[in-house]
Amino acid sequence: MRERTLPILAGLMATVAMPALAQDLSIGLKSEATSMDPSFHQLSTNTQVLLNVFEALTKQDALQMVEPSLATEWEAVDDTTWRFTLRDGVTFHDGTPFTAHDVIYTYCRVPLVENSPSSFTIYTGVIADMQAEDDHTLIITTKAAHPLLPTEIAQLPIVSAETLGAEDTITFGPDGTCEGMGDVPQSPAFSSPDVAVGTGPYKLDSYTRGTELVLTRNEEYWGGTPNWAEVTMRPITSDGPRVAALLSGDVDMIESPPIQDIDRITGEGFKVVDALSNRIIYLAMDQEGEAPSISGTDGENPLLDARVREAISLAINRDAIAERIMGGYAQPAGELLPPPMFGSNDRPVDPYDPERAQELLAEAGYPDGFEITLGTPNDRYINDAQVAQAVAQMLAQVGITVNVDASTASQFFSRRNAQEFPLYMAGWGASSGEMSSPLKSLVATYDAEAGMGVTNAGRYSNPEMDEILTQAMSTIDDEERDTLLQQAESIVLDEFGIIPLHYEQTVWAMTPELDYEPRVDQYTIAREVVPSEGEN
Amino acid sequence: MIVYLVRRFGQSLLAIAAMAVLVFLGVYAIGNPVDILISPEATQADIIATTERLGLDKPLYEQFGIFIWNALHGDLGNSFVYGRPALDIILERLPATMELALVALVISVGFGVPLGVWAGLRPTSLAGRTIMGGSILGFSLPNFWQGMLLILVFAVLLGWLPAGGRGETTEFLGLEVSFLTLDGLSHLILPAINLALFKMSLIIRLARANTREVALQDYVKFARAKGLSTRRVVLVHILKNIMIPVVTIIGLELGSMVAFAIVTETVFAWPGMGKLLIDSINLLDRPLIVAYLMLTVLIIVMINLLVDVLYSMLDPRIRLSEMKG
Amino acid sequence: MTDQSVASELELVGNPATVRIDSPITRVAKEFVEDRIAIAGLILIVAIAFVAIAAPWIAPQDPYDLAQLSILDGGLPPGAESMTGQTYWLGTDQQGRDMLSGIMYGLRISLLVAAVSLGLAITIGVVVGVAAAYFGGKLDSFIMRIVDLQLSFPAILIALILLALLGRGVDKVILALVIVQWAYYARTVRSSAIVERRKDYIDAARCLALSHRRIMFRHLLPNCVPPLIVVATVQIAQAIALEATLSFLGVGVPITEPSLGLLIANGYDYLLSGRYWVSLFPGIALVLTIVAINVVGDRLRDVLNPRLST
Repeated sequence: MRERTLPILAGLMATVAMPALAQDLSIGLKSEATSMDPSFHQLSTNTQVLLNVFEALTKQDALQMVEPSLATEWEAVDDTTWRFTLRDGVTFHDGTPFTAHDVIYTYCRVPLVENSPSSFTIYTGVIADMQAEDDHTLIITTKAAHPLLPTEIAQLPIVSAETLGAEDTITFGPDGTCEGMGDVPQSPAFSSPDVAVGTGPYKLDSYTRGTELVLTRNEEYWGGTPNWAEVTMRPITSDGPRVAALLSGDVDMIESPPIQDIDRITGEGFKVVDALSNRIIYLAMDQEGEAPSISGTDGENPLLDARVREAISLAINRDAIAERIMGGYAQPAGELLPPPMFGSNDRPVDPYDPERAQELLAEAGYPDGFEITLGTPNDRYINDAQVAQAVAQMLAQVGITVNVDASTASQFFSRRNAQEFPLYMAGWGASSGEMSSPLKSLVATYDAEAGMGVTNAGRYSNPEMDEILTQAMSTIDDEERDTLLQQAESIVLDEFGIIPLHYEQTVWAMTPELDYEPRVDQYTIAREVVPSEGEN
Repeated sequence: MIVYLVRRFGQSLLAIAAMAVLVFLGVYAIGNPVDILISPEATQADIIATTERLGLDKPLYEQFGIFIWNALHGDLGNSFVYGRPALDIILERLPATMELALVALVISVGFGVPLGVWAGLRPTSLAGRTIMGGSILGFSLPNFWQGMLLILVFAVLLGWLPAGGRGETTEFLGLEVSFLTLDGLSHLILPAINLALFKMSLIIRLARANTREVALQDYVKFARAKGLSTRRVVLVHILKNIMIPVVTIIGLELGSMVAFAIVTETVFAWPGMGKLLIDSINLLDRPLIVAYLMLTVLIIVMINLLVDVLYSMLDPRIRLSEMKG
Repeated sequence: MTDQSVASELELVGNPATVRIDSPITRVAKEFVEDRIAIAGLILIVAIAFVAIAAPWIAPQDPYDLAQLSILDGGLPPGAESMTGQTYWLGTDQQGRDMLSGIMYGLRISLLVAAVSLGLAITIGVVVGVAAAYFGGKLDSFIMRIVDLQLSFPAILIALILLALLGRGVDKVILALVIVQWAYYARTVRSSAIVERRKDYIDAARCLALSHRRIMFRHLLPNCVPPLIVVATVQIAQAIALEATLSFLGVGVPITEPSLGLLIANGYDYLLSGRYWVSLFPGIALVLTIVAINVVGDRLRDVLNPRLST
């Protein structure tokens, strides 16, 4: 009895105090953060949750444009030196003031985090030196020209040096050689609200693994009073139960409802928002020489011929995939990043032209087609295995027999990296929001040491493209970089080095009382959920 | 008897060790966890660093040696994904799974035994036939499909119960449990029924068969002839005699319920350790997979031993020393 | 028809000696047909087996040939017509796969997996079980120790881990099912054979210096057949359900050649969206199959266990 009366009383009191405004927000997420330490695991699941509690120097808006956050402004002093001006009067949740000291501590701590499955060193590794000119001015020197620094540090939320036990002065040293760090707390300690202390609009209240994460409002927040008194985030990893949780009122908002359920959700009066994401789904083809799992070609690799690659692209009915398999929540793609994002070309989508595809195959010497294996994950992207089967259907219609080899992502990535597939389907989300990201990883000539083409398992290679891309990546001037990236992308797509299929659209569903500006990076950030306008 | 138990336990430990070894090596062969864990934008240097951090750069025999050495000291390694001790993570999830399995067990025995006895006493009556028909259906419906239908009917169409998750939990004897609050109970009921139906059918069938057998025995006929009420005959003579097989099956099935919870937890998004296993397999989190298996099998072994002991207490004719393991 | 099929089934594993004294089989058959539901179950099994075997000739479409599918026909409700005028009586799935054909072929895969694994598991179980009973002693206790250990672990757990390690594939699913099932047969065969072994006629056979193999398989085995049949019917139903469950968990057969279980699992995604047919019809087919086998198995158990016949 007692169990029941208490919440009712609390509910009554809340209603009396705040008549019209809903004060609490609960969100159903499709996966759970692996740690409350913002420097532990570079994973969107973690970032989107932790960005409510912690903040970085910069942040990306819904379209991934870089905006001030804890830094109010920054400038490139020269090619390798940046000056950041930090926000005044910001305090952490436990009252410790935010200064340049905390930034140096945070970046220094990144390489010292133990057991990280995917370390943030990919962002801190470029830093050669950090100096605090004064409490609120920070100089960062990079090892080489690095135009993306302000974008990338948006991924590095700042922790409190004092709370975590740093000494009064920290001397920066690259790659984990900083001095004055004190006894660095490891990630598991962050499950406690006393350690997980940030500057963000919400404080960590409790964290019950597998069940829920509760945040409470930070009344002292520098950016004004946050919207919600309490935010509860529940991981509901199965699609069906997540939708059901929204429909039954268990949660107010969910991310990624399965697209086949959207009609039902809107039918019951819920609101759905969606946006094009920065994730491209593409086909990559083995272009290195002899390819495995191809037959009917006398041992040759037909994919070396640009006409065959063009034929594959023309054989695919992208509109049908977007409409039928993706339920309209995808947009046929003509390039690697949706326009007007940085470095995109406004390039038209390849038309669906099976007759021309057959002609091209005949010209290339394969009038009867050939047989090939298409590798795909089946639990990674939206309806991935379905899309791969649809591609196989369409290629079959121009004479290319496709055997779909679908496996779970864990097996798929290992097999793909071992170059087991002559043809594979995968996806790429550009975390920086600009063209250099897909170009560098997917189509630059494979050079693991330099971090170029690391995901280029088809081994496409064009030295001319590499040269322009390298130049772009060290060009600080935005306009010039934009032009160079456009050129580089055109080179790849003109010779069908990679075949874009579609951009995923990310969907959120919520009660009509809420509003959310859909984000290109697919993040669900509770602080950006607002009560809808015109009500209350 | 003690000798028997010790020997039996020793054998089970050996089996657990053998299995841990096989799984350890097997997971290694599936793929490289770094491929799936690390950010796709990572450079070779990051990949090498991560591989070293996770200890995957060492040759397999060395990794294996380290694993064995640590396991002997009670440390099953850190989860690759969570960076914390695998055993801790599983133990956090254990209460949810055990609660689900125990509630399911109570449901299956609570309904299964009475229905089975009834069907056994009146095998040709309409009720008896209906119960048997129902049990065949319960026996035949694959667990996951049945769960989907429960969600469809009770959560989606009728909207009476939530479709997934665990709901509100309260502390009880130091453990987080659901069954003490209304919200928790409403989340618990569908998954528990889902997990219970199969076992309930099994118990109905068992209880029915044994009841029929016992009912034909001379002492029951004699008791009836003596003019004892049917209720007394059932309660004292029949129930007592069918308890031995029922207890056995309950013991054996509790272990299998913990395993079958994998399916139920997947369907209902129940945050137990079965769901954790599926997630870990997908992420190639080897320490978690191995730790899950060792713990689950250990639980099953302990239950089996307990059943053996109970068995010998319920039926003095059976002496454990005579049972060959 | 039904009498004959039961009889011939027994004859296959049976021994001429048993068949000559044909009264037990006649008795079993006669008692079996007394139960109308069991007959219905048997007829259903025969019908389902026929559909599965004949699927390539009677199905309207080859659902595994991607060239025949078109996603433009995807997600059609039952009774809808395709662009080419073909009617999809049970609707289509997302790929434009005719559900009726999909179910027929899916049955084929499900039954193939169950039947092949049953055959292999029985063979292994019978050899091991009879050998254990016949030779006794250390071999017996060793074998039974393994069997007990194996049976104390839940089948689903072993199969799930095995397949997670091996990957998808029909052959791999069969292997996993054999591994989790052989012990049931070994235990069943051993326990009946051990009773039989103590009987005089085995001693007599030994005195005649017949070979071990001859005694084991011509004399011991036939007496173990009735309990074996009962266990086999339970197990084959379990095998079908287990395969479906594994496919649901994502470790079963390849997605391009879906079994019934995988069809249901695919339909799980459409449960809330109103496209009930993608999951419901394969589910009904699966349940009908398993219920039919269990009904027949139940009846067989009653008939073969004379103590219970009232």
